[in-house]
Amino acid sequence: MEAILEGPRTVFTIFGLPITESVVNTWLVMAVLIILALIFRRNLQVYPDKRQNVVEAIVEAVSGLVNTTMGQKNKGFMPYIGTLFFLLLFSNLLGIFGLRPPTADFSVTIAYGIVTFFCIHYFAIKAKGWSYIKGMAEPFIFLLPMNIIGEVAKPFSLGMRLYGNLLGGSVIMAMISGAVALFVPAVASIYFDFFSALLQSFIFVMLTMVFIAIAKDDEE
Amino acid sequence: MGWNELTVAAFAVLGAGIAMIGGGFGSAIGQGYAAGKGVEAVGRQPEAQSKIMTTMLLGQAVAETTGIYSLVVALLLLGIVNRIL
Repeated sequence: MEAILEGPRTVFTIFGLPITESVVNTWLVMAVLIILALIFRRNLQVYPDKRQNVVEAIVEAVSGLVNTTMGQKNKGFMPYIGTLFFLLLFSNLLGIFGLRPPTADFSVTIAYGIVTFFCIHYFAIKAKGWSYIKGMAEPFIFLLPMNIIGEVAKPFSLGMRLYGNLLGGSVIMAMISGAVALFVPAVASIYFDFFSALLQSFIFVMLTMVFIAIAKDDEE
Repeated sequence: MGWNELTVAAFAVLGAGIAMIGGGFGSAIGQGYAAGKGVEAVGRQPEAQSKIMTTMLLGQAVAETTGIYSLVVALLLLGIVNRIL
């Protein structure tokens, strides 16, 4: 347990920049996702075979989720949301294999949160112009710092939620595996590793979609 | 007054325990309330069960956030103890 609480250890350095376990494990997740994508896009046919059916079902599910949450006109967000979901899902699930999940590192999760922060404000300014910034100071000017704090709190809470859940899950799994040997860690891992990973990546993606949709489309 | 390391470590461990009181209590009550409302909604309209369950899980995970904040504070305090001892 102490090894997890100490943070990711530095595996090697490039030009003086420390490359930690989280970075290397994210490379692993990226490699897995890219290889899966290359496998599944070979031989696409009009009448899908079994493998293509599964992939099409997944894509339809993600597309339906984006349409339901953000509305039909925002369906262009689907590739980013789908990629983010699978990146987070596979990153969270690395705990099953004994590797340290990259999302159990606050730097990684706050980075994903900052990307969401830039998405929210970029698309809001693109849709509404500068009245979006002025809208934060209405109806009273002293609401401006509170709105700014609220906007900063969004990526912080997104990152903190993902980080806290994954770190806590890793610590508890390490403690259970250390205390009881035979059957219990596998059963506990169903909740802490599988369900928690799926739920947390789903939550992150849903909140990202909701924040972007509200900032972009909320007509007053 | 001089702090020796044992005192700091002792207070850090105590603080970690105290931090989890509010976190566990508040988050459990909030999430339980949301679960109760979810179950009530399913009782009223059983065919919407999967949509209700998705919304309920979403709401519960957002309500858990402040409990997670206190967990992170507790883990940070335990990390301090680890570095001292």
